[in-house]
Amino acid sequence: MHSLSVTELAAGLRARKFSSLDLTLHFLGRIERLGPQLNAFVTVTADRALADARAADEVLARGEGGPLTGVPIAHKDIFCTDGVLTTCSSRMLSNFVAPYDATVVERWKAAGTVMLGKTNMDEFAMGSSNETSYFGPVRNPWDPSRVPGGSSGGSAAAVAACLAAAATGTDTGGSIRQPAALTNLTGLKPTYGRVSRYGMIAFASSLDQAGVLTRSAEDAALLLGAMAGFDPRDSTSVDRPVPDYVAELAQPLAGVRIGIIREFFGAGLDPAVGKLVRDAIGALERAGARVREVSLPALPLSVPTYYVVAPAECSSNLSRFDGVRFGHRCENPRDLLDLYKRSRGEGFGDEVKRRIMTGTYVLSAGYYDAYYLKAQKVRQLIAADFARAFGEVDVVLGPTAPTAAFELGAKTSDPITMYLNDIYTIGANLAGLPAISIPCGFVTESGRDLPVGLQLVGPHFAEARLLGISHQYQRLTDWHRRLPAEYA
Amino acid sequence: MSLTRAQVEGIAHLARLEIVEARMPVYVDSLSRIIEFVEQLSAADTAGVEPMAHPLADQVQRLRPDAVTEEDRHEKYQQNAPAVAAGLYLVPKVIE
Repeated sequence: MHSLSVTELAAGLRARKFSSLDLTLHFLGRIERLGPQLNAFVTVTADRALADARAADEVLARGEGGPLTGVPIAHKDIFCTDGVLTTCSSRMLSNFVAPYDATVVERWKAAGTVMLGKTNMDEFAMGSSNETSYFGPVRNPWDPSRVPGGSSGGSAAAVAACLAAAATGTDTGGSIRQPAALTNLTGLKPTYGRVSRYGMIAFASSLDQAGVLTRSAEDAALLLGAMAGFDPRDSTSVDRPVPDYVAELAQPLAGVRIGIIREFFGAGLDPAVGKLVRDAIGALERAGARVREVSLPALPLSVPTYYVVAPAECSSNLSRFDGVRFGHRCENPRDLLDLYKRSRGEGFGDEVKRRIMTGTYVLSAGYYDAYYLKAQKVRQLIAADFARAFGEVDVVLGPTAPTAAFELGAKTSDPITMYLNDIYTIGANLAGLPAISIPCGFVTESGRDLPVGLQLVGPHFAEARLLGISHQYQRLTDWHRRLPAEYA
Repeated sequence: MSLTRAQVEGIAHLARLEIVEARMPVYVDSLSRIIEFVEQLSAADTAGVEPMAHPLADQVQRLRPDAVTEEDRHEKYQQNAPAVAAGLYLVPKVIE
């Protein structure tokens, strides 16, 4: 049951082949047996899951409910869940019980999903390997000596290992797409404003966006439809109708114009990864897509731009953690300043402190123009590059990450080396564009098969197009169906 | 540009972060590397380019009627507070 897609699970539930309770007990059993070795979950909400499942079964017994009624899922621990520990994988929030549900959580709940638990992540979503978590690193189900990517590493590992049918993630610079690529999943980051950020703990508010990690584009379409849409509680939410993403999957590949991003195939890309992406381009072309090269000359500046903009917003957002109203407070503060400094110094890990300090520096008097304002201007150039490309093609394509999954500890000593993992994903965040990573093959390293992903980026609100191309590609290939042997 | 230890201590103070003495050299080194890395932006030609503060250019800040819409839930919210008395958050004495 655990390897079935969400779409297949929905059909099985409706045909009463199995109940949601059977399904939920099965997944909870797998989480108990296989979860600890991956460290994919921070909190398992077994009682809540069983209650959700029983409620779903009653709905299904009445012949009611939707396609997600009774489907067991997991939420990244960045989403507030009413009455459930919500840690953001930080010591700062290790005692925080959210007093309300995030809109994403509320909508998936209303759609009838069963919440199995909260997944591990890089602390406050700052990382590309899931190694900055206060609760320890997550391991990649394809090779336990390697990282699952980050920051949505727990969600990726959980879905890849079939410990949940699907999971939520968030993507500020690649945190859905890069882990999806490293664990053989489909990972969708929607357009900025498409999905509500209400109740999603903020990192960089002009970049953060919620999305999904699934085992197919079809599942992603189903689950995106259940989370997208206007929310008055998020001031940047866009009031625009949500298309029927599942219906749009049938769009044919023939005639779709795909631009290959020249700048994404240069130095820094593992040639074995590049070859698999080129093979996939060949397959799309044979299926009728019209492929041409496009140049986005400002894109190589996306990483330095991001590492000014994101830390600046982070330093401002994370000033709310002051040891006064919620979160970690130090022992015996001498005075208010000591309370702030020690509560924050103890509550945040090294990478979070580093980003807060980078942001504080680039926003400080005398440096603001040289760093922050300059980065905002380069951000405009990057967005303009994409806009120009979308005048010629429907979507652009490239690799999701420069390499397959790397070993734990391989990139923790130098922050820049770690930051460069997101070199191909950050541009979409800076420009607010929707982007998806889908499996496109495997490389072999040290005798292990490691998954590789390709990325499609589209114009604002082109999620249906991205999902359609991905679905058509997944009808031609079976990379996305492969599961890590130990977890199949 | 390399940051000095004194600069990093100044930034940490502005950010209200205590950095443990033994970790200070690590921060001086890694923050210097990050600032050096982002300095490559200075070479980009941005003459006449408007700074971009929001990813959707046509999006305007939405306003809502100036009406009370939230209910008082301070008791629930304060269950997460480290120290509370009579509905108030407690902190060390600020004024002697």
